[in-house]
Amino acid sequence: MKAFTYERARSVEAAVKAAASVQSARFIAGGTNLLDLMKLQIETPAHLIDVNHLGLDKIEPTQEGGLRIGALVRNTDLAADQRVRRDYAVLSRALVAGASGQLRNKATTGGNLLQRTRCPYFYDTRMPCNKRRPGSGCGAMQGMSRSLAIVGVSDACIAQNPSDMAVALRLLDAQVETMAQGGAKRTIPLADFHRLPGDTPQVDNALQPGEMILSVTLPKPIGGIHVYRKVRDRASYAFALVSVAAVFGQNGQARFAFGGVAPKPWRTDGADAAASQGAKAVAEAALAGARTTPHNDFKKALLRQTLASLYRQQEAQA
Amino acid sequence: MKFDTPAGPNPIDRGRVVGIPHDRIDGAAKVTGTAPYAYERHDVAPNAAYGWIVGSAIAKGQIRSMDLRTAEAAPGVLGIVTHANAGALGKGQFNTAHLLGGPAIQHYEQALALVIADTLENARDAAKLVRIDYAPEQGRFDLKAERLHGTMPPASFGSPADTRVGDFDGAFARAAVKIDQSYSTPDHSHAMMEPHATTAAWNGDKLTLWTANQMIAWSVGEMAKTLGIPKENIRLVAPYIGGGFGAKLFLRADALLAALGAKQIGRPVKVAIARPQIPNNTTHRPATIQRIRLGAGKDGVIDAIAHEVWSGDLPGGGPETAAQQTRLLYRGANRITAHRLAVLDLPEGNAMRAPGEAVGMLALEVAMDELAEACGLDPVELRIRNDVQFDPEAGPQRPFSSRKLVECLRAGAQQFGWTKRNPKPGQVRDGRWLVGMGMAAAFRNNITTDSGARIGIDGQGRVTVETDMTDIGTGTYTIMAQTAAEVLGVEVDAVTVRLGDSRFPASAGSGGQWGANSSTAGVYAAAMAMRAKLADKAGYPIDDARFEDGLVKMGNQSQPLGALAGRDGLWVEDRIEFGDLAKRYAQATFGAHFCEVGVDIDTAEVRIRRMGGAFAAGRILNPKSARNQVIGAMTMGAGAALMEALDVDTRFGFFVNHDMAEYLVPVHADIPEQDVLFIEELDDKSSPMKAKGVGELGICGAGAAVANAVYNATGIRLRDYPLTIDKLLHAGMPVVAA
Repeated sequence: MKAFTYERARSVEAAVKAAASVQSARFIAGGTNLLDLMKLQIETPAHLIDVNHLGLDKIEPTQEGGLRIGALVRNTDLAADQRVRRDYAVLSRALVAGASGQLRNKATTGGNLLQRTRCPYFYDTRMPCNKRRPGSGCGAMQGMSRSLAIVGVSDACIAQNPSDMAVALRLLDAQVETMAQGGAKRTIPLADFHRLPGDTPQVDNALQPGEMILSVTLPKPIGGIHVYRKVRDRASYAFALVSVAAVFGQNGQARFAFGGVAPKPWRTDGADAAASQGAKAVAEAALAGARTTPHNDFKKALLRQTLASLYRQQEAQA
Repeated sequence: MKFDTPAGPNPIDRGRVVGIPHDRIDGAAKVTGTAPYAYERHDVAPNAAYGWIVGSAIAKGQIRSMDLRTAEAAPGVLGIVTHANAGALGKGQFNTAHLLGGPAIQHYEQALALVIADTLENARDAAKLVRIDYAPEQGRFDLKAERLHGTMPPASFGSPADTRVGDFDGAFARAAVKIDQSYSTPDHSHAMMEPHATTAAWNGDKLTLWTANQMIAWSVGEMAKTLGIPKENIRLVAPYIGGGFGAKLFLRADALLAALGAKQIGRPVKVAIARPQIPNNTTHRPATIQRIRLGAGKDGVIDAIAHEVWSGDLPGGGPETAAQQTRLLYRGANRITAHRLAVLDLPEGNAMRAPGEAVGMLALEVAMDELAEACGLDPVELRIRNDVQFDPEAGPQRPFSSRKLVECLRAGAQQFGWTKRNPKPGQVRDGRWLVGMGMAAAFRNNITTDSGARIGIDGQGRVTVETDMTDIGTGTYTIMAQTAAEVLGVEVDAVTVRLGDSRFPASAGSGGQWGANSSTAGVYAAAMAMRAKLADKAGYPIDDARFEDGLVKMGNQSQPLGALAGRDGLWVEDRIEFGDLAKRYAQATFGAHFCEVGVDIDTAEVRIRRMGGAFAAGRILNPKSARNQVIGAMTMGAGAALMEALDVDTRFGFFVNHDMAEYLVPVHADIPEQDVLFIEELDDKSSPMKAKGVGELGICGAGAAVANAVYNATGIRLRDYPLTIDKLLHAGMPVVAA
């Protein structure tokens, strides 16, 4: 861990201003990923701006009939919120499928969106990794890649996004509200928030330097049956091999988002359009253009089977 | 006290405290955080500086140069230890690679430097500033490829690499039913809770190490050899150890580098091996490839049995002796076991809980399941038919000291409801789950090792037991107190137990499941000597003296222990010395594992629904801590079956998933109710305690029972562990169309 300076911001505006004035400053909320990365010197901020006490921990209705979730709302509180459980159950289910109770107590909504990949080559600083050290190569592509992405990847990087929460937010068409340097607010659709690696895998998302997440908004409830199914190597406390967030509606209509398979929460129009044709068609549409390695090729079949399982459950309940 | 004839009736048979499920006497200290662990010895080594290990970034090669200048100039840095300034270092006989590498590098993450600073953060930060210029060399990292060059290793602990009895080839060729299959198991990491850690301090030429170590006397000798100083100048202290599973049997880099660092800066230094460093810096259980051939009659009776094992290790290392149990478990006049060892430049392989049997049983007990199916026999019945009451390699002249495999199989099957199993695989559905049941025998050798103890009684009649025996979470403190209390006729709470200090008499230590039986036998020996001394003080003939209620009694006379001990107290020391009973009798522990799994019909997720087992391991000294050991070992077996694997990157030569986020072990949600049944047994040839080891028995066969249950659920037989979703999908799941 590099030595760093620390301040507790007094207001959102002050936090954003502080971030603009110090080179390589980072906001810190729950710190459940950032501190680990700092210990390994994968992240080396010179300055930390603590945003834990800025009143961003509220969940409020929006004028449009949705919900505004403060960036500092803890995963545990978000999952337990009655409105979320009633109207956005897929989000609640995704949250409790992630991490452990202790981590969810600490982890925040904004922080979760910024968690970095779990690629083991990213985590070992002696290994080549284009995401960690641009231009150093990819250790994973010809190495151990069982957990890594199969779609949306590039020649530079096959790292996966490990979040469960973000998959549900993507499904719900959430939007991210931010404040940029200078105090200007903007809204980023979650679909555009996480980036594909291309030839700049070091850039995970659309945030500009010093830009701060204020909240995440959900549009008004869409009804339907909400499901989150996470498949992993043990029953709890493991990252997804694949996960599926789904809302099943009327007349065979459904929408899907996928975790564990891509550098970002993965959603395609084609998959939603194929909903009435069943699991195989949805999986094929979701994974069009997939690029696999011998280690992670099984994710194609596993995603199809996970969808099959969801369809089977829907039929059983219908 | 010599133990060279079977034990007759003795005070342990009273069963007043030994054999009672007594709570841990150290439990309160542990749960209140007052039990001192090695990295937290601020009480005895104040002002300790912090060391951080710099591990090699390559698997094999040479250090061309090291540039320490930037690191030395970093804030708070007090010193840096490297091969260039550490002086001449020897190597302990139990270490394969050097604990401090350089200029030659033997494996990835081998310690190349220790950076010492005033805080942990400064040390860790400065460690990143050590610049090492490497000259890499091509290494060998792929067991599958290198096993072709495997050679026969020398005998290990008196056990030869190969054994051969009768005419295997002829008998196998003639057999009515044949099984010939290969199995593989990956490298495993111990993943114990407390990382390797040491606080070291020098006082003149005397070194004290507060450390996490299972084997105090061994490690004093190893440290003396490594540093080239007399054993008498070294004190090792390890009263509490947060798990080991074999990772802490030997001296590791934390201990050596803390000692070297403390010497260099003239101040106590503490070093922990950070979690992400552990899999590649320390030892692991080596991967195996195993071939098993079974030749049997149609009645399932085995006539030919062969088990060949390939594993790899660094030059000078040893094999994973996975064919060990096959020499003793089942009958058959024609037999082969063989171990071949390839050279690999991966980190050092070494003992992990039940070395040999833990992975050997993963193969043998699946092969037995395959034989049962081929013969159309129930797997329990097949094992009963192949029971043998003597060492099948040596013949009837070497009987087992005690062997209750059949009793375990029958009692375990009944408790589990085994008869409900449908022998035809893939038939049972429960909602989205395919349900299957599997079983396996359990077998682990019983090893006994000489062990000493010292016992004192003070003027108040309080008893103190001192030995360098360790408690690695196993419950040693409690069974030591129970043993002394039983022999001397006092309550458990009148006994203080002090462990893990090289100033105390040398004990068996904790390893190979020999610890509990051997070290309580050492306490028994000392307590019996104390009895003689007390009787003598009381003026009672020893044969007439009774030890009850804190008194020595004869007829209707009695004298309190405290009064006999007097103001100066009484001390005795003795040790148990085992004769040749282990040669004359085969000694082993037995059991039977049962498991029910559900396998998701679509996704092939495997979830264990029930585990149960019956075990016979001599006298169970404390059923509560013994059960704790067995269910922990069953859990570890479940991990080996379903998820545990160090992934080898054969290009760079290292274990890729080297932290607890990526090296998966079971969590609570993976493990359901576990039923453990102990079969009553006293083994008078094992020790005066009539006990045997039980700490490792529970892992041996547990994973095979899981694997056999997966087969019964799905009809898919996987032979490459762990049995993960990708392999089940590849092998033909789902068996039900979507």
